[in-house]
Amino acid sequence: MSSEVINTKRSKKQAAGPYGSVGKAINELDDRLGVAKGGRTFMDKIFPDHWSFMLGEIALYSFVVLLVTGVFLSLYYIPSTALVTYHGSYLPLDGQRVTEAFASTVNLSFAVRAGLLMRQMHHWACDIFVGSIVVHMARVFFTGAFRKPRELNWTIGTTLLILAIANGFLGYSLPDDLVSGTGIRIAYSIILSIPLVGSYLAFWVFGGNFPGTTVIPRFFVLHVLIIPLIIIGLVGAHLFLLVRQKHTQFPGKGRTEKNVVGTPMFPVFMAKTTGFLFVVSGVIALLGAFAQINPIWQFGPYTASRISYAVQPDWYMGFLDGALRIWPSWSFHSFGYTIPFEVFIPAVLLPGLLFNIAYVWPALERKFTNDHALHNLLDRPSDRPKRTAAGVAVLTLLGMLFIASSTDVIANFFRLPLNEVLWAMRILCIVSPFIAYPIAYLICKEVQVVKGGGKRKTANIVTRTSEGEYVATPAPKYADDEHQELDPTPVPTYIIETPEETGTGGVRTAPR
Amino acid sequence: MSDHDELRTPVSLQGLSADDPHLQPAAKNPDLVERVIAVTLLLGVVLVAAFGACYWVNAKPWTLGATMGGGLFFLGVGLIAWGKYLMPRGPFVEERHELATSEEDRNAMAAAIVERGGGIMQRRKMLGGILGAGLGIFGVVAIFPLLRSLGPLPKGTLFSTDWKKGTYLVDITGRRVSVGEMAVGSIVTVYPEGKQNTDRGQAVDQTVLIRISNENFTTQKGRETWGPKGYVAYSKLCTHLGCPVGLYEQELQLLVCPCHQSMFDVTNGAIPQFGPAPRPLPQLPLYVDAAGYLRSQKGFDQPVGPGFWERS
Repeated sequence: MSSEVINTKRSKKQAAGPYGSVGKAINELDDRLGVAKGGRTFMDKIFPDHWSFMLGEIALYSFVVLLVTGVFLSLYYIPSTALVTYHGSYLPLDGQRVTEAFASTVNLSFAVRAGLLMRQMHHWACDIFVGSIVVHMARVFFTGAFRKPRELNWTIGTTLLILAIANGFLGYSLPDDLVSGTGIRIAYSIILSIPLVGSYLAFWVFGGNFPGTTVIPRFFVLHVLIIPLIIIGLVGAHLFLLVRQKHTQFPGKGRTEKNVVGTPMFPVFMAKTTGFLFVVSGVIALLGAFAQINPIWQFGPYTASRISYAVQPDWYMGFLDGALRIWPSWSFHSFGYTIPFEVFIPAVLLPGLLFNIAYVWPALERKFTNDHALHNLLDRPSDRPKRTAAGVAVLTLLGMLFIASSTDVIANFFRLPLNEVLWAMRILCIVSPFIAYPIAYLICKEVQVVKGGGKRKTANIVTRTSEGEYVATPAPKYADDEHQELDPTPVPTYIIETPEETGTGGVRTAPR
Repeated sequence: MSDHDELRTPVSLQGLSADDPHLQPAAKNPDLVERVIAVTLLLGVVLVAAFGACYWVNAKPWTLGATMGGGLFFLGVGLIAWGKYLMPRGPFVEERHELATSEEDRNAMAAAIVERGGGIMQRRKMLGGILGAGLGIFGVVAIFPLLRSLGPLPKGTLFSTDWKKGTYLVDITGRRVSVGEMAVGSIVTVYPEGKQNTDRGQAVDQTVLIRISNENFTTQKGRETWGPKGYVAYSKLCTHLGCPVGLYEQELQLLVCPCHQSMFDVTNGAIPQFGPAPRPLPQLPLYVDAAGYLRSQKGFDQPVGPGFWERS
């Protein structure tokens, strides 16, 4: 009984091959895993170039910063509400009874080397993370990148936004300072407002009546383990789908629904995107160095009967806070039961409605436009005036709600009666989306009829003929626009540096 | 002009020569660009090394961030510029491969599910039913420990506070409040005696005590005896979201919640005058005992704090 054996032994000369140790390593790897073909395809993968495609990269790289700085913080933070007497290096708090969570946060800020920097970077990275997700999502929405076949990735992205906001709130709550403790109390009251099951849910989340002792450890586990795991899994799925379905591109010369035009993964895209990782983390580090954020030692430890004035949550909770401020005090009492509409509608139904609209939008648009084609070329926002106007209207509403979260600050700053500011924001929130929609719609229509709209303008050279007639001829294109005019070409097989002295062909080709 | 056009003529993959414009760096003057990038990267290297030095000598936190951030920034900018200006300018093209497979493949997969799987289920309905029942029951009962163990049931705890008949009003230090000590227009946060340092005392029982006048003060009809010697007490929990109603506007006799600016009229049963709060703050009936201490006649006549379903 003899069976064929695949012998992978190579002679020294074979093993060395034309590519030296790299070739040898690939031989060894490929014998076992069969990665050469896929790896080669991956290195040749083409990424389209457009500045707006880097918004998602900001989100990804700020998430990397969150993970690294978060691991650092978790080594020093103690998720406990046990009371201790603070005797640390921040003297104004000396001798105060504070929770271990608060004391450890102050300690890691002042007593741990680079601790304050890491904490501020973590907070800034979170604000940037959520912000870049929102802007990235707006880009995807306005350019129609969510259309078939990419609806699933839109769903994953929307879920990621919700998780990012939720985890931001949880992390903000962990230091147990006066401001975040008030935020936790508001969260408790919002859960309490849910009809029928609210009090049970609130008691299960908090392990009993507010504040209890379990909420900080529970938020900690959610914040550092459960939600980050889900986010990492979904980010992986998000990127896998991106590779599998290939990136969308804007229409342009040589670009069709059936190809991708841009720069190859290796080395060009890899250099740019790695550089961008450095730039994003560098900017976050600079913010952490120079822009103070969340100085909890100034707020003091949380005490349920104390409160501070004119404090706002992190920016991404602003729209909820604004909605809670301007929603009228309509509470429903009947048949021995209460539905706190004044909380339930702005804090539960409104965000639920907004995110569900986001989830079903691709299906809605497919249904109403009866467009079931596979789209790889992006829309210019002006080409889809109704969608663009709808998106602008929603963003306007969110922006107004965000502004409404600082009614008291606005009233103080402009010396206006709070009542007038409140009513102004109520009216603006209702009216402004209906104003924004037609304005955006009309701008789209205008841009559509502008010839060459959305492209870089070149001057017209006006000449007067001998008959007195004026003729306008376009000036030559900008020099640095020219490389865009090249017809796209397939990736060359190998790119190696040309030895300067020989000047002979630096490019070697091999059949694919 | 024509020379330039020739260089821009599309070329095929095979035999792409080294001077093909697609492979040239995008920069017009690569040597100069290379020098600029080298300086940028060097700056990054120096700053990153400086970060190490700052950490070593335990310099101020901002120097750590400035050196690390600046270093990463310049390294990143250099690398991006390298990729953008000195690597092949392209553009290159890649075909998209259709994701959808053939009709036969789809049918084959559907057939495998329907015929193979469905056949089994149809022949072994009983087994499938038992397995399904088992999984279904497990799914339901697994929720019990997952949810129910998380915390106690609310029972009556949302309805009551620690204020009882005859409870002394104490401040945060536990000192009893007596009738003579507060001036008109002053305010203090009070707790039921013995509860001032408990979680529940702090979070639920907290009450504001305001001296409005020197005479007995009636905030509403039926509360004639609740405000002895001008002392009135309201729950400090905002009826909107439970923030402490911490601001007392003495001139306007308003209690203001700093969270969402609900305002309650102190002289008129703390009825909300402004903002999203739906209900007045519950008032605590007081009396002055023989020793001159302030005590509660009874507990609050309704649940304190924000609304919830079971609240009537």
